[in-house]
Amino acid sequence: MIEYLVEIFSDYTLRTVALGSAILGFTSGALGSFAVLRKQSLLGDAISHAALPGIAIAFLLTLSKSPLVLVLGATVAGWIGTLAILAIVRTTRIKEDSALGLILSVFFGFGLVLLTYIQKQPYASQAGLDKFLFGQAAALLEKDVIVMGILSAIVFLFLMIFWKEFKIISFDPDFSVSIGLPIRKLDILLTTLLVFAIVLGLQTVGVVLMSAMVVAPAAAARQWTDRLGLMVLLSSFFGAISGTIGAVLSGSIERLPTGPAIVITMSFLALFSFLLAFNRGLIWKWIREQSNRRKLQVNAILSDLYILAQQHENIDHGHSIEVLRTMSIGHGGVDRSLNVLKSRGWAAQKSSGNWVLTQEGFEIAQNAFDSEENN
Amino acid sequence: MSQPQLEIQLIGIIVAAACAVPGVFLVLRRMAMLSDAISHSILVGIVLAFFLTRDITSPFLVLAATLTGILTVVLVELLHKTRLVREDAAIGLVFPFLFSVGVILISRYAGNIHLDMDAVLLGELAFAPFNRFIVWGVDIGPKSMYLMLGILIINISFVSLFYKELKIVTFDPGLAAAIGISPWVIHYVLMGLISITAVGAFDAVGSILVVALMIGPPVTAYLLTEKLSILIFLSGIFGGIAAITGYWFAHWLDVSIAGSMTVMIGFFFLLSYLFAPHRGIIAIVRRRQRQKIQFSLEMLLVHLLHHKDQADAESECHVEHLGDHFTWEKDLSVKVLRAGERDELIKRKGELLYLTDTGKIIAEKSMLR
Repeated sequence: MIEYLVEIFSDYTLRTVALGSAILGFTSGALGSFAVLRKQSLLGDAISHAALPGIAIAFLLTLSKSPLVLVLGATVAGWIGTLAILAIVRTTRIKEDSALGLILSVFFGFGLVLLTYIQKQPYASQAGLDKFLFGQAAALLEKDVIVMGILSAIVFLFLMIFWKEFKIISFDPDFSVSIGLPIRKLDILLTTLLVFAIVLGLQTVGVVLMSAMVVAPAAAARQWTDRLGLMVLLSSFFGAISGTIGAVLSGSIERLPTGPAIVITMSFLALFSFLLAFNRGLIWKWIREQSNRRKLQVNAILSDLYILAQQHENIDHGHSIEVLRTMSIGHGGVDRSLNVLKSRGWAAQKSSGNWVLTQEGFEIAQNAFDSEENN
Repeated sequence: MSQPQLEIQLIGIIVAAACAVPGVFLVLRRMAMLSDAISHSILVGIVLAFFLTRDITSPFLVLAATLTGILTVVLVELLHKTRLVREDAAIGLVFPFLFSVGVILISRYAGNIHLDMDAVLLGELAFAPFNRFIVWGVDIGPKSMYLMLGILIINISFVSLFYKELKIVTFDPGLAAAIGISPWVIHYVLMGLISITAVGAFDAVGSILVVALMIGPPVTAYLLTEKLSILIFLSGIFGGIAAITGYWFAHWLDVSIAGSMTVMIGFFFLLSYLFAPHRGIIAIVRRRQRQKIQFSLEMLLVHLLHHKDQADAESECHVEHLGDHFTWEKDLSVKVLRAGERDELIKRKGELLYLTDTGKIIAEKSMLR
């Protein structure tokens, strides 16, 4: 196993791709936390689609395929798209979901027009540009990874400098206005960082799947913690891990595209978190509910036996299990609850098979239920 | 205009209309992004059905894809119901996953068979006329035209048969539930229609442009009308116009037809956004300006009434004084005075301002308010 891993990481291409995907997952995971908390999960989808015309225009203007130029173009277009969405929502009665869908598809359509236009030009083939549609991690070069690393570092620097401000505008925008924070500017800055994180990944995972890189790690991280700092760290970690795993899987299995491999890894990580995260996980929640239900059932049987005992002269009068079953219609669990009571020494089974409260059980029930009635 | 050109435009119009009709309800019900999710995740259904039937034109593809579309909605709903994530995040988790599964299936098992990613995602309307529908040896037109025509008819019939129900469920779900119309039944039937439409259209225009066709025209019309029936009608018309103009734009520049249809949709939205009579940006700005002048004029009338026949009237009612007293820009003063004189509320003698009789009545009224 270890030899296998060593072999993988000594492969130059694979190492580059894995590193690039890890950086990408790390950055989009961090920024994704804010997007998910600010109910902007689908903004990532819109930004990544809206970036396409920017890539094409940057290429048309410079005729260069350098990643820095294309990323810059993508950033500007993604940014304009975001502002357009905000403007539409603010000035008209059109709701956010429609504005997102409209801008996403119109910008993408425009990008498509430009790409087909470039394709028809004599001076260049569009090869290299259309990898932005579906992503082509295998084509990542060392210099691309270096550019990604530097840009990610810049994004993180900003995130650290404005950490407190971002935290406040994410959780309590009204409060941040009241303490005089320039909320509009901070909002734009945070969105710009998100745009950056997204366009960085376009080349690797493509326009369509980039939104998952933003949502999945953050949604997974959210389940494990209620603290923003920890959530951002976890989300980055999940992003980086799934980036690496996805890249390695795609490198070792034939015809397994990297972008989808990363997204599937992330989705399983999210599913795992939904099921198993402490506290919030669905499985723990189910177990908790079961144990609560059982506790209530035991209480109910104790109460039933007590009521029956009160109706008879001596508490030694046994009651058949059928009576208890009839009293427990709707919640059940009679046999199990009786055994629990027996093991606690609160109830006993007579030789006839009927059940009675022990003296101890009677006193406990008396304390519990009578004080309830008196209150 | 050659026959393929005519056919492409016809298909475009039919696709646009078929998308716009259910799209109106997506926009009104704030579920626009579900169309994005569905149009992507149907890929899995198409691929799986293709593996089973080995026939890209099999009706099973439509069925399987429609079921996947509904599955997407159900999964989003389930995930949202756990309360672990919000609805937007649930959408953002489900469709990339399903889409990824589809892409992996294609690239691993479909090889070079006629089912490539570009076609699914981007579509190519120009190829639509090549696939002919031949009945008893007679060529009666392109297949996708008949497919989409069928879907258009289904959509229109559903909307007109259940118009009242759709209307109530959309605008007042509480009332709908109270009078015994299940919002869920209507919701899932609508999602089924969205899925069928997306499947039918993906072949011609690709999955992302389905989103444009479903959301763009309704949103454009939404700024122009208040009535649901007119909204649906206008959406169909706008979609159709975008299809024709988009086709010729693409023809002129020799670029992607579907892409340029989308650009046209964006262009028409921009026009509506700027110039819509009541809800357009220009109308809003002008209305605000008018209200500002109206309000300022009222303040001026009160001011003039206050100083009328007083000792300081000479200085207080002087034109030059307005700037100091109200801190108005010169430009605003001029506009306010012009409006006042036009409506005969104030008179100007030299540099001094006087109330007319109507002006006095209005000033007194606004004091009482």
